[in-house]
Amino acid sequence: MAKDNSANSDENLMQAAEYVEKPESQLKEMWETLRQNKAAVVGLVIIALLALIAITVWISELIGIQILPYDPNYSDMTKSFIWPNAEHWFGTDQLGRDLFSRIIDGTKISLFVGVTAVAISLSIGVLLGSIAGYRGGKTDALIMRTMDVMLAIPSILLAIAFMAALGKGLDKAVIAIGLVSIPEYARIVRGSILSVKENDYVQAARVIGNGDSRIIFKHILPNIISLIVVRATLGISSAVLDTAALGFLGLGVQPPFAEWGDMLGRARGFIFTAPYTLIFPGIAITITVLAFNLFGDGLRDALDPKSRIK
Amino acid sequence: MLLEVKNLRTEFKLKRGTVRAVDDVSFTIDKGEILAIVGESGSGKSVTSLSLMGLIQKPGGVAGGEILFKSQDLSKLSQKELQEIRGNKISMIFQEPMTSLNPVWRIKDQIMENIMTHMKMSKKEALARTVEMLDTVGIPSPAERANDYPHQMSGGMRQRVMTAMALSCEPDLLIADEPTTALDVTIQAQILELLYQMREKFNMAVLLITHDLGVVYEAADRVIVMYCGKIVEEADVKTLFEQPQHPYTVGLLQSIPQIDNESDEHLFMIKGMVPNPLHMPPGCSFSDRCDRCMERCTKEMPELQEINGHKVRCFLYDKAEEGELSAK
Amino acid sequence: MNEVLMKVQDLSKYFTIDTDWRGKPVSVLKAVDEVSLTINKGEAFGLVGESGCGKTTLGKILVNLYSPTSGKIFFEGKELSALNKKQRRSYCKDIQMIFQDPYASLNPRMTVGDIIAEPIIINKLLPMSEVEERVIFLLNCVGLARHQRNRFPHEFSGGQRQRVGIARALAVEPKLIVCDEPVSALDVSIQAQVLNLLDDLKEEFKLTYLFIAHGLGVVKHISDRVGVMYLGKLVEIAPKKELYANPLNPYTQALLSAIPVINSEKKERIILKGDVPSPINPPAGCRFSSRCFKEFEPCKLNTPKLKEVSPGHWVACHLF
Repeated sequence: MAKDNSANSDENLMQAAEYVEKPESQLKEMWETLRQNKAAVVGLVIIALLALIAITVWISELIGIQILPYDPNYSDMTKSFIWPNAEHWFGTDQLGRDLFSRIIDGTKISLFVGVTAVAISLSIGVLLGSIAGYRGGKTDALIMRTMDVMLAIPSILLAIAFMAALGKGLDKAVIAIGLVSIPEYARIVRGSILSVKENDYVQAARVIGNGDSRIIFKHILPNIISLIVVRATLGISSAVLDTAALGFLGLGVQPPFAEWGDMLGRARGFIFTAPYTLIFPGIAITITVLAFNLFGDGLRDALDPKSRIK
Repeated sequence: MLLEVKNLRTEFKLKRGTVRAVDDVSFTIDKGEILAIVGESGSGKSVTSLSLMGLIQKPGGVAGGEILFKSQDLSKLSQKELQEIRGNKISMIFQEPMTSLNPVWRIKDQIMENIMTHMKMSKKEALARTVEMLDTVGIPSPAERANDYPHQMSGGMRQRVMTAMALSCEPDLLIADEPTTALDVTIQAQILELLYQMREKFNMAVLLITHDLGVVYEAADRVIVMYCGKIVEEADVKTLFEQPQHPYTVGLLQSIPQIDNESDEHLFMIKGMVPNPLHMPPGCSFSDRCDRCMERCTKEMPELQEINGHKVRCFLYDKAEEGELSAK
Repeated sequence: MNEVLMKVQDLSKYFTIDTDWRGKPVSVLKAVDEVSLTINKGEAFGLVGESGCGKTTLGKILVNLYSPTSGKIFFEGKELSALNKKQRRSYCKDIQMIFQDPYASLNPRMTVGDIIAEPIIINKLLPMSEVEERVIFLLNCVGLARHQRNRFPHEFSGGQRQRVGIARALAVEPKLIVCDEPVSALDVSIQAQVLNLLDDLKEEFKLTYLFIAHGLGVVKHISDRVGVMYLGKLVEIAPKKELYANPLNPYTQALLSAIPVINSEKKERIILKGDVPSPINPPAGCRFSSRCFKEFEPCKLNTPKLKEVSPGHWVACHLF
């Protein structure tokens, strides 16, 4: 009798609540918060544009239509070092290649490198971090001390060391950059698993008979996915930067392909005679990195329920 | 009369609407009196106490009313002037003795700082007073414990330290916001006893905010029951517990499992739950949970009426003929 | 009626707080120290004590969240503590738990329906086609409506979440439910609703409860027998009426007297001196001796053992 009573009233209440307002989903609420962050929206728009450019260039290349004003890899020594003008918007480099076309073409490589490198470090990092955080004890100590050693070496140096072992080339650079940032993901994941693991719902999952792997994948990881996504977004920007650095040192993409860091590195001899050959690739790198950073920061705020506007 | 609150309104402006957390609340506290405000979560009891101290954070704010403390309106003072009064004339102890103390400061430094900001005292005098206060609140070997850091003390000890700090400037009013909720029963008994002694010793008034009716019964002189931001009943402690009038108060009292209750029957329960503050039922805010709800209750909000010092906000009682509260 | 469902013998759980450089423990927290008790089929056994007394640790050992340092656990006559990990897990579904904090005990990323269905699915109790029907049945049992199964925990109030937690525990048709302070995080008016619900379900599903709480009023309402713990030790066990009318251990007396009682004459309270000592370094002899108001000679020397002083009333105190 008494029970029916409460059931009814609860139901009435739920219906009443539904009538006046549909509870917002977490995703929608997140989007609302994100939308109010101007910087994050700007970041997102730039990222979308960059992605659009990269995909268009890539597809046009595949089907053999030239949509860029010039072939980015076609050199014509008679046209070297033309200052920016109506014909060559960003000017031409020492080999007479059109800089605008090369920078647009470079978007493809930079984004590819950023996303792939993060995918590598993310998958290995999350796996190692989960095992370390969940198992604890000796496993944890072994994994995390290895990560500490990796973190103790400057990342670019470590990437160069990996490159030395793997050899030159863009694919090798991607792997090197991916491997280098594994510890960051492993640490973040381990830390959050340690705190989420203590939640009653994880204990409850064990009481009802869940096995370890199901607890990790079904009950723990979904609750820290937001953190990982934020870190990955910021990670793309540092991967873009690292590729540029490797390119600058001549270890990344091999000529004649266009890559911003490589362009920067090759142009450094002409800093006084043709400064625009440095400035435009530099701006391209800055904008990309900035866009991912702005978006990543906004995402972090949006995913943090405490900073959400009620 | 030490404190008089008149028609206090505190609102929170949220994106989805304005929540009136404290709605037209008026009460007084006399010198040396312990007044308890009871209510469940969302009743506005804590917001009331924070409003008194000018501690409401954005997007909230006091939207109206007067807070007369010794005939000075606190709601009109600047933050700086309030600072003068906070910790000096009015002090506060909070629910969480774990987080209310700064973990990187020694106990004595925290109390001394408070003393030195509000009273003209030298460092030496302030230290002497600190030790004296720690002794007053019953901390054994106070001179040594004064050098401890908060984490070296237990929950009960920390609440004593908080009390010592709050009392160190001999306030006229102590606001105790759920002072015993985080503590074990045997420690709760100690702290309530301490509040009692301190009241006797300093003749200060205490505003006790709690959800625990047992604590109220033991400690308070007068009780205010709040529900959804409004006062629904006010009476002295004996009257309230012996002749509760408002259906909410009656229900609350009946729903508590008592240790002197011998029956194995089901507990009385108030149906449903506290309404969403953005979607209050029309009329009386308790109408949707009330088992004596009448048609009128769902249309208009009853006024708080007073008869012989017993105030109640309910249509069941009318300012009736004989001048006595009586159920129709 | 007095058929034993669970029997716990000299159960201990020590946590190592600090080790020296060889990994040898130098400071040990004795959370549960040689506790023995029996829980009969169909009863509600209340376990009270202040924070840090080990009552929650004891509950978590019984549901296999912790493995005991020593001691034996018998469930329906079978020694659980002797089983290996895999065999032990097959008993999991017979012993379930309801958690204290309804805000932390439900996975925020799963719908309420999934939360309740999960134990049925992983324990393969029903074919998939019947799971949903069962979930709706369970929701109704705890006073929630069928359409609420598609909602997420954050859309529910504390009391409703606790109902979901109860439905999850019921889903595997357990024999024993460890209720770890199921109402202490709830508002007074909601507490009564949940307590009544637990009472009803006990009848309906023929359940046995180990009801852990610090509120003596709550324990009295729901329990048949009550055990009192202090610093990892059981100090008194008695049938409910006997314990509340005639508490023997001085700690039980102090605990009862500390509770504010409404509408009784304001009584003379026993105010205990000092705080609960740290369980890492408990007093020698009887652990309550440092705060006890009846402490005498032997208390500091020997730890008292539980003795049956009258039928069903056990007490650990040198006075008896």
